Amino acid sequence: MIFGLVTDSTASSIVAGAAKTVVDTARAVASQASDAASGNWIIEHVTDSHTLSFLPFGEIHLPVFPPINIGGISLDMSLTKHVVMLWLVAILVFIVMKAVSRSYKQSLIPGRFASAVEMVIIFIRDDVVVPAIGEKGKRYLPFFLTLFFFILFSNFFELIPYASTPSGDISVTAALAIIAFILVQGSGIKQNGVVGYFRGLVPSGIPIFAIPIIALVEIMGLFTKPFALCVRLFANLLAGDIAIYSFIGLIFVFGTVLVAPLAIGFALFIEILEVLVAFIQAYIFVTLTALFVGMAIHQEH
Amino acid sequence: MLVQLDPGVIIWTAFTFLLLLFVLGKTAWKPILKALDTREESIRQSIERAEEAKNEAEKLLEENRRELARAEERAQQVIKEARELAEKMRNESVSKASQEANKVLEKAREEIERDKQQAITQLHGVVAELAVKAAGKILDETMDETRQKKLVESFLNSLQKN
Repeated sequence: MIFGLVTDSTASSIVAGAAKTVVDTARAVASQASDAASGNWIIEHVTDSHTLSFLPFGEIHLPVFPPINIGGISLDMSLTKHVVMLWLVAILVFIVMKAVSRSYKQSLIPGRFASAVEMVIIFIRDDVVVPAIGEKGKRYLPFFLTLFFFILFSNFFELIPYASTPSGDISVTAALAIIAFILVQGSGIKQNGVVGYFRGLVPSGIPIFAIPIIALVEIMGLFTKPFALCVRLFANLLAGDIAIYSFIGLIFVFGTVLVAPLAIGFALFIEILEVLVAFIQAYIFVTLTALFVGMAIHQEH
Repeated sequence: MLVQLDPGVIIWTAFTFLLLLFVLGKTAWKPILKALDTREESIRQSIERAEEAKNEAEKLLEENRRELARAEERAQQVIKEARELAEKMRNESVSKASQEANKVLEKAREEIERDKQQAITQLHGVVAELAVKAAGKILDETMDETRQKKLVESFLNSLQKN
């Protein structure tokens, strides 16, 4: 009887303690941002910073390097949250792919895990790269596979607690878009020659007076394509991230745990949606890059 | 703040990505893609080989069937020939046997006839002699022997004609 009472009281004290923790966390969040409703904490969460926050366990302050000066431009190469996440993504992709390749070294018949990854690899090869570029596209396959898995894994970091998605950082997507841009131009120039490539931008059979306008539009198009790639990926991932945090944040805005089931339900819904988005956005980025490379290589209009 | 490009992060990203591309290209994509190609090639070859074997088998089957039909036909022919031969042989042997029998019969008949003739001739002599003797005894030397014999003979000849 006494024992029962003791366990009962222990259980209730644990519940009380848990509730207190939630309230404390809410207070901490509220005090950190001047007002929970302002949503500043969300912005803080999704933007890059020099600290890895493991609230309530503490924070890791990343080393800040002094800016490097190259030709009058100061370059801040210090590590940030997203750079660290990027490395984690890269390491994860490497481990996964290494495991897959090891499975192939043992036997040509893949294991369960390897065949799941293989399905994606074959999809990228036969349904994305080869239709867009042709048989020649197989040479670019390592690039597209790396791109796809890199973006996919980085998208999934959105859903991991304490992690933060590098794909939701416009600097990261911009870097990927710049690499895609360089590949598109490089492959086009390699195939058609410098002069041939830029001449091929303007379709033949166009009245002479229209050529300057078309040329201007086409050259602008060269830059808008990667720009769109960059913004699409960044905006989609950022939007998903913010939506999840917003639903969670409802609990703190209303200041009551009673909203939690609804808020967490919606957040869960968005998270599941984000799994889909992670695949779709990685697929779109790779497909469009492959299409642009194909268009640069096959310029016949 | 959200859409602020950070050159440091851009460079880090590009560096990380290119490093990953390099490392994976060397250690992962090459063996994986090669394994896929090898497997696909082997599957293609297996299918081709199976197709070939199927065609071969079909050809063999067709040939066997044709061979069988031919053998059947030949067997039928052989049977027919044998039957014809047997029929012919039977007919031949039957006709030969009957011929033989006829011949034997003929011979027997001829022999009988000859014997009969002989017997008749013999009988003629004996009868003539007996008749002459009897007549001689009866008439008692009214005629000489030669005249009587001629008389009897003409009589017998007339008998024979009747």
